[in-house]
Amino acid sequence: MTGLEAHLRARRDEGRKLLVPYVTGGLTNWKEGIRAAVAAGADAVEVGIPFSDPVMDGPVIQDASQRALEAGATPPGILAEIPTIDVQVPIVVMLYYNTVFRTGHERFASLCSNNGVSGAIVPDLPLEESGHWCEVADAAGIETVMLAAPTAPDERLPRIAARARGFVYAVGLLGITGERDALANTATAIAGRVKAVTDKPVLVGVGVSNAAQAREACRVADGVIQGASVVRRLMESGPDAVGDYIAEVRAAIDEK
Amino acid sequence: MSIMVEPDGSGRFGQFGGRFVPETLVPACQELEAGFREAWADPAFRAELDHLLRTYAGRPSILTECNNLGRQLGIRLLLKREDLNHTGSHKINNVLGQALLAKRMGKKRIVAETGAGQHGVASATAAALLGLECKVYMGAVDMERQALNVFRMRLLGAQVEPAMSGSRTLKDAVNEAMRDWVATVESTHYCLGSVMGPHPYPWMVRQFHRVIGDEAREQCREATGDDPDVVVACVGGGSNAIGIFSGFIDTKARLVGVEPAGGAAVGRGVPGVVHGMKSYLMQDEHGQVQEAHSISAGLDYPGVGPEHSYLAELGRAEYPAVTDDEVIAGFSLLAKTEGIIPALECAHALAWIAREAPNMAGQTVLMNLSGRGDKDVAQMMDILK
Repeated sequence: MTGLEAHLRARRDEGRKLLVPYVTGGLTNWKEGIRAAVAAGADAVEVGIPFSDPVMDGPVIQDASQRALEAGATPPGILAEIPTIDVQVPIVVMLYYNTVFRTGHERFASLCSNNGVSGAIVPDLPLEESGHWCEVADAAGIETVMLAAPTAPDERLPRIAARARGFVYAVGLLGITGERDALANTATAIAGRVKAVTDKPVLVGVGVSNAAQAREACRVADGVIQGASVVRRLMESGPDAVGDYIAEVRAAIDEK
Repeated sequence: MSIMVEPDGSGRFGQFGGRFVPETLVPACQELEAGFREAWADPAFRAELDHLLRTYAGRPSILTECNNLGRQLGIRLLLKREDLNHTGSHKINNVLGQALLAKRMGKKRIVAETGAGQHGVASATAAALLGLECKVYMGAVDMERQALNVFRMRLLGAQVEPAMSGSRTLKDAVNEAMRDWVATVESTHYCLGSVMGPHPYPWMVRQFHRVIGDEAREQCREATGDDPDVVVACVGGGSNAIGIFSGFIDTKARLVGVEPAGGAAVGRGVPGVVHGMKSYLMQDEHGQVQEAHSISAGLDYPGVGPEHSYLAELGRAEYPAVTDDEVIAGFSLLAKTEGIIPALECAHALAWIAREAPNMAGQTVLMNLSGRGDKDVAQMMDILK
């Protein structure tokens, strides 16, 4: 498997918009959901490692995290299952920093690389606190995706982009994860601001809630992350619904 | 070594503290740090706060010597009477400071979390006084056991929103307040109620509460001619304890922060990161935060302020725990011997004093009575009947 950034860059440079679904690890049928999403055209997959106190997440992913924890999910348990998913796109874990800190930076990075994980997203680890983890992750070949928020002043964005590996995660709105009726103006604004300072792939996540919104975000961004909309379908209807939905978003962002 | 000074540039107290927040909140924390630093150095801001503390909150709070209970326990027992402040606890010191600062920074709205409701009531009060919109998040379990404070907040014009996730107590109220702040950060100040959270909160909230310790030190010297041998306070997040400790950090006094047995972050926790800070935290082997269990909603929290973790690591302060049963006994003890009904939180400090008194014979013990027990009377009526 090539690295996350190399993989996404290659696809982007072919003119393809990037689609990255998020699935909470440990949910019922989570691996089937990932396989369905990849079969329907996902370019990479985010696996959420559930945490007891997910402050960046809205009701859907909070509920998913709670269910997964109640079903006995643990970080090493989920990581150990990742090689059995057997998909041909990179897998990135998304998790809160205490999971990494409690496990230990070195130990967590090697758990990731031993289980075929390409990258990590840690939404409560801002630039100033990320130094040591990023060094350890770099050394282990784990690409740490950095987030760029709409509140970031201009001078901050180049530093975030420089530290980012894999891609830059442009946070689409002021707020937590969850579906919204319309794409916030901040989504394309932050994507444009980040793209102006980096050549790395820039994907918008948080508040990109359906195929039409994904298409709108992709007018500026290199791609989108689909979180709550995917997790809700997996919990309500199962893996087939995830596949159908990803196919629909794929078609919308591919349409010229 | 100088301790209880300003934390380093990254907001660290030793290895603890820091600013572990989503990128969205980083500029707001930086702006708050700069705003506080500038206000705290401005004599006009300090004068305005001091004026409110004296003419609105009722400062200075008095020092009461407990002759009856002291005689019974064989110690000299002094209480710093934060329970006599307006709104009934020490929380008003911090809230008046933060609300003034919020206005100075052009914010129109504050959000707050609350456990027992004392910080929520203080926030609602300051918001009413200073013309700010106020929303308070409170665990659904706590709304039930502190119904009186919910009514008080609403009476003061605040909106009270139940936190329905997790243990539905203080930890979950903090999560909800942070989620609100992430979405509203441009117009809203997060009025955090303890010496916890991301930098600059632990430092800023300590500075707003150090008035407790500064006053107590003078009052102690006046009353006894000396510094106390022991300074005791209850610890949830730890704001009232930090407040009183700050007046005695450079004395020989033994500093004791009393935790509930079911929420003993320092006593039973290991370092972790949640709610924006690195500190001792009750968690499992995988880093999932454990639920605290305490009779008092105000101490029902699995973490603790980072400066307490630092003081514990240095050995400058100690953090024993007491059980709910000892707390119930401490609650009644002060009421019956001194005619003072303490908040259940403070009854933790009393419980420890009662237990440890034989080892402190003849010593002077200063306790921060950080809140009054009116809010707990309904709950205690059920427990004691």
